[in-house]
Amino acid sequence: MTPLLEVRGIDKSFGPVKVLHNVELSAYAGEVTALVGDNGAGKSTLVKCIGGIYPIDAGTIFFDGGPVAIHTPRDAGELGIEIVYQDLALCDNLDIVQNMFLGREHKRGLLLDEDTMEELAEKTLSGLSVRTVKSIRQQVSSLSGGQRQTVAIAKAVLWNSKVVILDEPTAALGVAQTAQVLELVRRLADTGLAVVLISHNMNDVFAVSDRIAALYLGRMAAQVKTADVTHAQVVELITAGRSGDLGLKNGVTP
Amino acid sequence: MIKVKELPGEAIVTATQAPSIKNSFRAYVQRVRGGDMGALPAVLGLVVLCVVFAVARPSFVTAGNFANLFTQGAAVTLIAMGLVFVLLLGEIDLSAGFASGVCAAVLAVTLTSMGLPWYVCALAAIVTGVIIGTVLGTLVAKVGIPSFVVTLAAFLAFQGLVLVLVDEGTNISIRDSVIVAIANRNLPPWLGWALYAVCVAVFAVVQLVRARKRAKRGLVADPLSLIAFRVGTLAVLAGAAVFVLNLERSRNPLLVSLTGVPIVVPLILALLVVWTVILRRTAFGRHLYAVGGNTEAARRAGIPVDRLRISAFVICSSMAAIGGIVAASRASSVDPNTGGSSVLLYAVGAAVIGGTSLFGGKGRVLDAVLGGAVVAVIENGMGLMGYGASVKYLVTGSVLLLAAGVDALARKRAAAAGLR
Ligand SMILES: Nc1ncnc2c1ncn2[C@@H]1O[C@H](COP(=O)(O)OP(=O)(O)OP(=O)(O)O)[C@@H](O)[C@H]1O
Ligand SMILES: [Mg+2]
Repeated sequence: MTPLLEVRGIDKSFGPVKVLHNVELSAYAGEVTALVGDNGAGKSTLVKCIGGIYPIDAGTIFFDGGPVAIHTPRDAGELGIEIVYQDLALCDNLDIVQNMFLGREHKRGLLLDEDTMEELAEKTLSGLSVRTVKSIRQQVSSLSGGQRQTVAIAKAVLWNSKVVILDEPTAALGVAQTAQVLELVRRLADTGLAVVLISHNMNDVFAVSDRIAALYLGRMAAQVKTADVTHAQVVELITAGRSGDLGLKNGVTP
Repeated sequence: MIKVKELPGEAIVTATQAPSIKNSFRAYVQRVRGGDMGALPAVLGLVVLCVVFAVARPSFVTAGNFANLFTQGAAVTLIAMGLVFVLLLGEIDLSAGFASGVCAAVLAVTLTSMGLPWYVCALAAIVTGVIIGTVLGTLVAKVGIPSFVVTLAAFLAFQGLVLVLVDEGTNISIRDSVIVAIANRNLPPWLGWALYAVCVAVFAVVQLVRARKRAKRGLVADPLSLIAFRVGTLAVLAGAAVFVLNLERSRNPLLVSLTGVPIVVPLILALLVVWTVILRRTAFGRHLYAVGGNTEAARRAGIPVDRLRISAFVICSSMAAIGGIVAASRASSVDPNTGGSSVLLYAVGAAVIGGTSLFGGKGRVLDAVLGGAVVAVIENGMGLMGYGASVKYLVTGSVLLLAAGVDALARKRAAAAGLR
């Protein structure tokens, strides 16, 4: 099975600091791939490289088997890659519909087609079984953390996206909302999308993921099937970069 | 695999309240309480000021003075309308006042020394505004100099530029009848009423059609009663204004009759409608709000942030140019002070008093018009009371500070209410 999204040999530096070293990652359609790693391991940076926010120094991104060039967020969007960023990236002064369609508004002639956008937003939200918002014309500033997260996810799935990457979508959420978001994540994968989930919570990772990719100090320590590993092994991969014969040899080089 | 289906406490079902005047009003009160006051301070301020001046100086409520208010406030209002675009992005344009002076000088020079027809000259003035805006916007967006510094530098430089254009301080008088008419002539009374009828009718039709369309698609639509209320309010207020402006206001009606809506009024209205449609109903306008609300989010949504920033400055300077043309028309001349002294602060004040935030992301073109009315009433009323420039400056300064304070406090309050 070819991965829907695959990156190979990604290097990324911020000035003198090299944050990603020869990183590879594969995500398969219909599966949840958990991307784990300690704080500062480079997870968000990797995601932003895939999303066209940061240019990569070296390496290739493959989509559906072929190499692609992603220079801007728009390029990623056109391929069908949608990212829910750790810092959400919603505009507080706009309402839910306006945020969901930001940058890709439906138009009739020169004017915005508000009614169609409202209908589609409504449909997407109810498709995700979201019933927690009072009105989809509510300003995002008046939403709770969980509701914002839901809007951000809904925004990502609105576009018939093929790959959805979620950067710590449950970090700020309570127990109930976390469960809800995770269920959503699982459902996305079950509908055939390739989902990449970044999380620090091992229980969450084992609850929803099919594969686990562990990043250690900017290097990909291991990519394994969730069923083949234990909690303890993954924790070791995260904290030491290796576990038994899994992971990086000699501390750093794979 | 986890299984979570129905979560208690989370099933608040899309409880869209039945739309009605009562609910709309309640929602409005809630918004105001939450710190989103919109036009409320400006409207209240306008009412209070008018009552105070009317009591203190009966001459304030004459038809002649009412007409004066429009021509007096027109230039500042036009500049303020442009400033809204820059303020929406959280930027500032301190040079808008003198930019209007430069453009007015271009108009005067092309009219008098070159003797070109009025439309060519007006176009030259506006193109000058476009160029100024492009330069300022590029310096801010591409080079990355804070707009405060760029436009402060331009503020100084443009004063010099005006002096150069008007030959070190001479006064160029404008005699072209069309340009002079803009701020000094009135529509014939019948045309005033005709325009009034068209405006009210179009407003009503647009609202009705929109509500009908939304209702048909099963979306929440404004109820008829609310639309009737809106249209009725507009019809009454605008009708009263047209009626008063159509009264005879000449001191000596037998010699020369002076009636009708000043020509600047439809000019401002047309620009108000055009800019409002662009801001609220086009992707360009939506993106301006997005950049003002969260630049990074806008960038990630693929919005060309730099280009948008430059266009905001272009719009601001072009509106300043139009303001300059109106100012030149009103004075029938251009001198080194055109667009100078308090014009810029009045314009910023007008936008902020009207409810446009200095922090970006919040504002409407209508704010500039409402705020412009407040500023015009203060200036006019204080003049009638016989106060000198000193008191006028002090009062306007205080009002600007008050408006900015209200803006900042509203923001704080919204943050406390979890609304921001
Ligand atoms: N814009 C930037 N400029 C310079 N350094 C950066 C930048 N963004 C990230 N870094 C550095 O890159 C490294 C990886 O950061 P990144 O945000 O990718 O970590 P992460 O794995 O997402 O961590 P967390 O779990 O805390 O979100 C960190 O050392 C960070 O300091
Ligand atoms: Mg991160």
